[in-house]
Formats: sequence, structure tokens, C-alpha cells
Amino acid sequence: MIEDSLQLALDSAPFLLKGAYFTVILSLGGMFFGLLMGFGLALMRLSRFMLLRWIARVYVSFFRGTPLLVQLFVIYYGLPQLGLELDPLPAALIGFSLNMAAYACEILRAAISSIDRGQWEAAASIGMTRAQTLRRAILPQAARTALPPLGNSFISLVKDTALAATIQVPELFRQAQLITARTFEIFTMYLAAALIYWVLATVLAHLQHRLEARVNRHDLEF
Amino acid sequence: MIVVEKLTKQFNGQTVLDGIDLRVEAGEVIAIIGPSGSGKTTFLRCLNFLEVPTSGRIRMGDIEIDGSRPLNQQQGLIRRLRQQVGFVFQNFNLFPHRTALENVIEGPLVVKKTPRVAAVELGRKLLAKVGLAGKENAYPRRLSGGQQQRVAIARALAMEPEVILFDEPTSALDPELVGEVLATIRALAEEKRTMVIVTHEMGFARDVANRVIFFDKGVIVEQGEAKALFANPQQERTRQFLSKFLTSGN
Repeated sequence: MIEDSLQLALDSAPFLLKGAYFTVILSLGGMFFGLLMGFGLALMRLSRFMLLRWIARVYVSFFRGTPLLVQLFVIYYGLPQLGLELDPLPAALIGFSLNMAAYACEILRAAISSIDRGQWEAAASIGMTRAQTLRRAILPQAARTALPPLGNSFISLVKDTALAATIQVPELFRQAQLITARTFEIFTMYLAAALIYWVLATVLAHLQHRLEARVNRHDLEF
Repeated sequence: MIVVEKLTKQFNGQTVLDGIDLRVEAGEVIAIIGPSGSGKTTFLRCLNFLEVPTSGRIRMGDIEIDGSRPLNQQQGLIRRLRQQVGFVFQNFNLFPHRTALENVIEGPLVVKKTPRVAAVELGRKLLAKVGLAGKENAYPRRLSGGQQQRVAIARALAMEPEVILFDEPTSALDPELVGEVLATIRALAEEKRTMVIVTHEMGFARDVANRVIFFDKGVIVEQGEAKALFANPQQERTRQFLSKFLTSGN
């Protein structure tokens, strides 16, 4: 019995790993584009132009206020009605990026606002531009505040990529579903999939701690 | 060196600065004294536009900025002005994620695009000048308040400014650390650097400044040669203010 399950798990490994490959693609892509867009949105939120602030607010409100699953459905099943047909993978990638951007925006905005005004003033007093101040003085400090919640969001994203199964992306959970449909080894397959998610999340958590230690080093060193 | 004309500043309908005129001559050390809330810090911060004046002009060399025009149209001018006007804050405002040396060379490196080797050499020289040789690689957190303020002074000096503004540079310090910072500023005065210092250290103002300005309720009540003003204030309000310090042995 146990041997059979192990054998099945081993036989299915290539399929699961192929699924895991898509899971990683979706996760990394969502993080990268989400962070990039989130940063842009955070700058808009902190802009002195009301229109930009307002656009970013509405954006964040919408993407945090609606279910990710519904967003994916709108993109994959809804957009074709407007003449925009997307393959599953790009559709999922867009969905996860747009969603992550909303969370990243709020995290980055909060982190940037938490930096003492004196830091902006000190940089201004030596003639730095706003962009130089952000890059050289504010962001390195804001990163300390932003990393733990960003890490949380990234780990959530890895798990949320399972939702892509519903729009035909052959990612990890979808592969597990397909194999169970064929073999009826439900417990083994879903447990194997869960373990792979766990490994991915653990690797990410580890990277997060390494990064945190790095940005906090000026607290520790002489 | 700096000419200020009719500078006013209003905060929600309240007048904080009421038409201040001031000329700062090259090599002059000016101390600004006055009670809390008199507008002296706001005035100093307006000089390099950390605070936005409501109206008035500030001229320095070929740079002229009109406070009644929108400042975001004059950002370039303001940045040029700031490169020539150093500012030392009450709370130091060092960059906590950079070492003492990195704090000092940040301006030359990023704003003036000085080559790194030259900037580091300058930075080391300035840290030595403020008595902090050997602390180059220390992060601000590991330095005492007095040491942090001296790094901040070195950071301002690194831009080779024409004028340095000090906003109550010793007010945030433990009493036993005040002396080392004042000694550093005194040494700069002896080099004939142009400085404007907002301070509560009356003895220091009397000994180091050429001119003392007494601020109250947003106007300059009285100004004059430092020793004369302390010895023989002309205005009743100034006498009143100074009496509180002189009786306490300052």
C-alpha cells in the first residue's frame, strides 16, 4: 500500500515538477511585475498631484476589495468578449501582477511615509533631488520596514497561484488534479502537491530572512 | 552674501514671520536668539526653503528666489542655493544606514559628482577636522549625540558651502556634550566662515558671534554687535528676555 503510493508519487514526479515550474514562473513574475507596478503606484499615492493620488487609491481599493479568483475570471473569461483573448499563462500572470501591485503599493507607501521627515530635509539640504533622495536615503531605510510584509505577501502569492488552475494553467495544483482524476490517489497526490508548495514557501521565507539581515546590518555593526 | 527682503511666513492665517529684512555679510557670524515660538527657527529654515515662505525674496550671488512665486517652478534655483548653504539640524538627521564617512561624502558624491577617491579623501579630512578621525566606519547609532552632530557639521562642510546655517545645534544634546559641538563651531568661526546660528547658548552667542539678532513674535526686535547687545540692550523686550539668562549665570 505505502509502496504503491510511493511508486505513484515517483511516477508522477515529472508531471508535478512541470506544474511546479509554472507555479514558480507565476510567483516570480507576479512578484517582479507586482513590485514594479506597486512602486509606481506608491509614488503616485505620495505625489503632490491629486489626480495621480486618486487614481492609485481607486486602483488599490478595487484590487484589494475584490476576490483574486474573480479578477482572474474577468481577465481570462471576460476580456475575450471585449475582443482581447489571452492564453492562460499570460492571463494568470497579468492577474497576479495586478493584484500583487495593489498590496505592494500599500506596503511601500506605508514604509516610505514612516521615514522621518528629517531624512528628506537632510538630503534636500545638501542639494539632492527628490529622486536622489528616494534612491539614496529613503528607500534603503524603507526597505527595512517593507520587507517583512512584502515577504508575507509573496508567500501568499505562491499559494494563491493555485487559483490559476481554474483558468487552465497547468501549474502544480492543476497537475495534481489531473493525476488524481486518472489514478484516484487523491490523498497522495494532493499531499505531494502541498509539500512542494511548502518547500517553495520555505525557500522564500529563508530568502526574506537573509535580505532582512542584510538591510538591518547597520544596526549590528560597529 | 545673503540678502533677505520682506520675508513673510503664514501658517493657517497666523503670521509667523512678518516682513524680515536681513543682510548677511561674508565672514560674518550671526547668532539669532529669542523665546520659543518667536519664529527664529522658521526664519532659518526659510533661508534654504526647507520651509516655504509666503512671500519675500532671498538673493545669494546670482541666485534670486521669489517666495511669492510657486516654488516648484524654481526648484533648480533652490537646489543650487542649497548646495551653497549648509544646514545643521537640531536632531542631526544623519543617514542611519550610512557610516560617518559615507554620510559626509554623500553630497559630494551624489550632488557634485566628485570622483569617489577625492570625496573619500575630503571626507576623511573633514572628519579629522571635527575631531572624529578613526570613526569613519562607525554607524550613527554607535556615536554619541555630540559626535553625531560633528559628523553632521562635516557633512555640511563637505559641500564647501558659502554659508552654514545652524538650527539650535546643541539643544538635543546632553549637557556634557554641548561643549565639544560649540568648540567645533567656534573653530569654524575662527576660519572666518559665514554662519547663521539659532541658539539658546547666550554665552556662546556673545563670545563667538559678530552680530546678534533678537527675534520675537515674528519680527527682529533688536540687533547689534554681540557684546554691546548683551551688555546694553536697547529694547525693553530684549532686556526682559536676557535677564532670565543673565541671572542664571550665563
